[in-house]
Amino acid sequence: MIKSNSGIRKTDVINRRMFIIGAAKIVVFVGIIARLFSLQINENKKYLTLSDKNRIREWKLPPTRGNIVDYFGNVIAGNLKVYQLHIIPEQVESFNYLLVRLKNLLNLSEKKIAKIKKLKSELKPWDSIIVSENLSWSQFVKINNYLYDLVGVKPVMTISRNYPFNDVYTHVLGYVSQPNEQEILDNQTIQERFVPGMKIGKLGLEKRLENHLIGTNAIQRYEVNAYGKRINQLEHQKGEQGSKIRLTVDTEIQKACGELLNEKAGSISVMDIYTGDIIAMYSSPSYNPNLFLFGISQDEWQLIRNNPLKPLINKTLSGLYSPGSTIKPIVALSALENKVIDTKFKVKCTGKMELYGQTFHCWKEKGHGWVSLKNAMKQSCDTYFYEVARLLGVDRLNITAEKFGLGKKVLGDYFDNEKKGLFPSTKWKKNNLGKGWVLGETLITGIGQGYTQTTPLQLCMMTAQIANGGFAVKPKIIVDSNPVSYEDAKQSMESGLLFDTDSEELLDKKLFQNQKNIKIVQEAMFASTNERFGTSYKSRIDDPKYQFAGKTGTAQVKRISKRERELDLELEQIPYKDRDHALYVAYGPYVNPRYALSIIVEHGGSGSKAAAPIAKKLFKLIIDRHDLRNKQSNFERITV
Amino acid sequence: MFQHDRLSNEITLFQKIKNLDYILLISVILLSVLSVFVMYSTDGGEILFHTKNHFVKLAVFFPLMIFVAFFNIKFWHNFSYIIYFIVILLLIYVSFFGIKSSGSQRWMDLYLFVLQPSELMKVAIIMCLAKYFHRLKIENVNSFTNITIVLSIIIIPIIFVISQPDLGTSILIALSGLIILWLGGIKIKYFIYSFITFLISLPFIISFLKPYQKLRILTFLDPDRDPLGAGYQIIQSKIAIGSGGLDGKGFLKGTQSYLDFLPEKHTDFIFTLFSEEFGFIGSVGLLVLYSIIIFRIVRIGAISRSNFARLFCFGYAFAIFIYIFVNLSMVLGLLPIVGSPLPIMSYGGSSMLATMIGFGIVLSAKINHKQMIA
Repeated sequence: MIKSNSGIRKTDVINRRMFIIGAAKIVVFVGIIARLFSLQINENKKYLTLSDKNRIREWKLPPTRGNIVDYFGNVIAGNLKVYQLHIIPEQVESFNYLLVRLKNLLNLSEKKIAKIKKLKSELKPWDSIIVSENLSWSQFVKINNYLYDLVGVKPVMTISRNYPFNDVYTHVLGYVSQPNEQEILDNQTIQERFVPGMKIGKLGLEKRLENHLIGTNAIQRYEVNAYGKRINQLEHQKGEQGSKIRLTVDTEIQKACGELLNEKAGSISVMDIYTGDIIAMYSSPSYNPNLFLFGISQDEWQLIRNNPLKPLINKTLSGLYSPGSTIKPIVALSALENKVIDTKFKVKCTGKMELYGQTFHCWKEKGHGWVSLKNAMKQSCDTYFYEVARLLGVDRLNITAEKFGLGKKVLGDYFDNEKKGLFPSTKWKKNNLGKGWVLGETLITGIGQGYTQTTPLQLCMMTAQIANGGFAVKPKIIVDSNPVSYEDAKQSMESGLLFDTDSEELLDKKLFQNQKNIKIVQEAMFASTNERFGTSYKSRIDDPKYQFAGKTGTAQVKRISKRERELDLELEQIPYKDRDHALYVAYGPYVNPRYALSIIVEHGGSGSKAAAPIAKKLFKLIIDRHDLRNKQSNFERITV
Repeated sequence: MFQHDRLSNEITLFQKIKNLDYILLISVILLSVLSVFVMYSTDGGEILFHTKNHFVKLAVFFPLMIFVAFFNIKFWHNFSYIIYFIVILLLIYVSFFGIKSSGSQRWMDLYLFVLQPSELMKVAIIMCLAKYFHRLKIENVNSFTNITIVLSIIIIPIIFVISQPDLGTSILIALSGLIILWLGGIKIKYFIYSFITFLISLPFIISFLKPYQKLRILTFLDPDRDPLGAGYQIIQSKIAIGSGGLDGKGFLKGTQSYLDFLPEKHTDFIFTLFSEEFGFIGSVGLLVLYSIIIFRIVRIGAISRSNFARLFCFGYAFAIFIYIFVNLSMVLGLLPIVGSPLPIMSYGGSSMLATMIGFGIVLSAKINHKQMIA
């Protein structure tokens, strides 16, 4: 009995305890179901998103850059189909054999082979290695012929930036190249659209207008596995080409500028005196931006870098020169405006002027005798302008010069490399050099030497503003959204007020007190070019259609010693570095003027010999293209 | 007649077949069929290595289950200790001559397939303890000697398994053993005391864990601390299950598994794939199927005359429950990742062999439920 009792009790214990466990099991299963419910029903959306994020990956393709065209619609920065060679390592049977074959076919260097091998070890086997970014057509054909033997090689056709005019626009457009890390970080748009192999603007307008030109990525959506390998293509989304940008420049004139400055260091700028359109802006020597597209070779780079004429410097915007005598129209205007002189005012030039024991020389040793404003300007008499500057004072001169755009950036923030230049004043000297102004400095400022530093484009704008009757222009290089025809620009300018589309304000365009004074200066400039004994008389064009007015300038690079003055060396006898810069500013046609230009030939010697003859050749072309330009309809525009 | 029935050891083959538990049998068949389909999905919708092998194993082990069932429960009772010792010997063999794979040594090569003795121990320990408690008088259950003996029965295999190292299986063996202790009548306070002792010594135990085991626990507590490393499995598993939604992505359409985001999808994470493709409805259905199996096993235990059969069935039902609980909690991110397969569903011969033998003994208990064991 006891035994069976014990047995029954044991069974009871087992059953009772089983019951407790059974209850516990139910609770646990309910708990698991609750968890399933929370994951699969409540949080389903979140996990679906995560699952899609896992499996769908987007591949951005490099965007196609927008074209840049000149005023007439010629593409000056476009895109070209290029042939590339890719290797997909995963499909290659024998990598070494393939490299040997390619090496023979394409003449690859050992360095390149080593680079490919390195890339192969870094990349995933299904990522393609770019062997050659830019195959020539014959290479491309060769590869295609041997394709049966080159397993894993993929000839690819893609699009790359191209500058059809090679070096003509380098300093305006800049060029594109692979971005560095900092450039990607600095620009939000580039950061968003960056794809390996993509190129961005490194310089000039290509850089400044990056966000307009860049375009949007084409996107390919793929389903990928856990290792990132593409399984299926799900979608292809086309990208949009970047905006087309139309510049105010004229390629024919720009090209002519290049030819005229061939093998010289210098710059030419041409501007519409009413609309401020920059017709040409050439810095010489230039270099071919196409060299940078696929990585410039060390040799080519050294060649550009070490060129003594400094092709890398955009002389139009960052070259700072003493204006020399080209400043004289402004000195004369300032003196007239301040009623310091009138047209009858005369100075006797003896070839030099003494001031507090210091001698200031006129370029003409024998002197010009008694000269009035017109003659002084015509023959560029330094003594006359010493005297005028002395009477005027540097501060009054400074006000006029700054009004006409000296000491300020011409194109604002379009080019990072544009320099402000400098037009001195007593205050400037005190603040910056901590010294008082000396009268002698006023004298040399009056002939454009000394502290004054100007860019060629500033001189061009200054001339334009004299040419248009003394009204402020707003220089521009991009055809803006509301282009003003030159007649409208002229009219509104002459009414003295102009509606500025950017700031939406009516601006006072008048830069003068008395327009008669402008006229006097214009006449003096005319005389300088078109009258006998004028410094640029030899470069004149008599045909009124092309007739222009201008002012030469010769900027000293170093102080002329007494000995040198006595020697009066020929240009060829002076070391290149010590030769004067030749300058010339001009506008034309003289009747109903339309264009202003500035020319600088570095170390070219005198303005009348080296710079003015260039203007003669150029004006013919500029005026000849005038009608064409007028007829050109405004087709596409963008706002920048 | 009644008397005769009760005392007779002789049951005809026909009666044996008639006495099989068909609900349990059908549930196991359903589960097996389902597991083949899921395995087919893990192979990416093709009959490849895993599907073939899984099918072959089912084809061998299912008849084995019936074969086991046709032995009298008394036979299994008699051989319980021997089976336990054989498995201990296998564990010893493995610890010296076993095959090493991914840092642990738990397998032995039997030419036809690779056996993992620790899986067999999951069943053997239940048999051994069931027999022990079957013979023990209820008055003596809580004696010091007995407690020492039963604890030794549990601890000896665990020492071998944990040194392989295989934390997951050790825990499952320990829990399977402990449940028999509980059912056998060990005082509740002992369980409570041990539990408190365990909690107190937990930091100490943790200091003995291998670095990768510690990492798993840390990862469990915060899977996002290393999403591409240790936390990857839990995160991807939760994504797969969560993205399944109410009715799943559809058979063969689970992107997480198809695109290889799921780790160990054939074995421990098989439920993840199932849940992704069949959703909440499918998952609950699977749980219901398992519940039916557990319930049937408990019921067979309840009608068994012998305490051995009763203890075995209850213990085995609990073991199955624990396997499911540990596996699902792991893939659902409720417990740290410890290797533990889902019965029948997971790929793995030893686990399936042990499970099928267990079912076989349960069926034997059903066939012979009136059998008394002295």
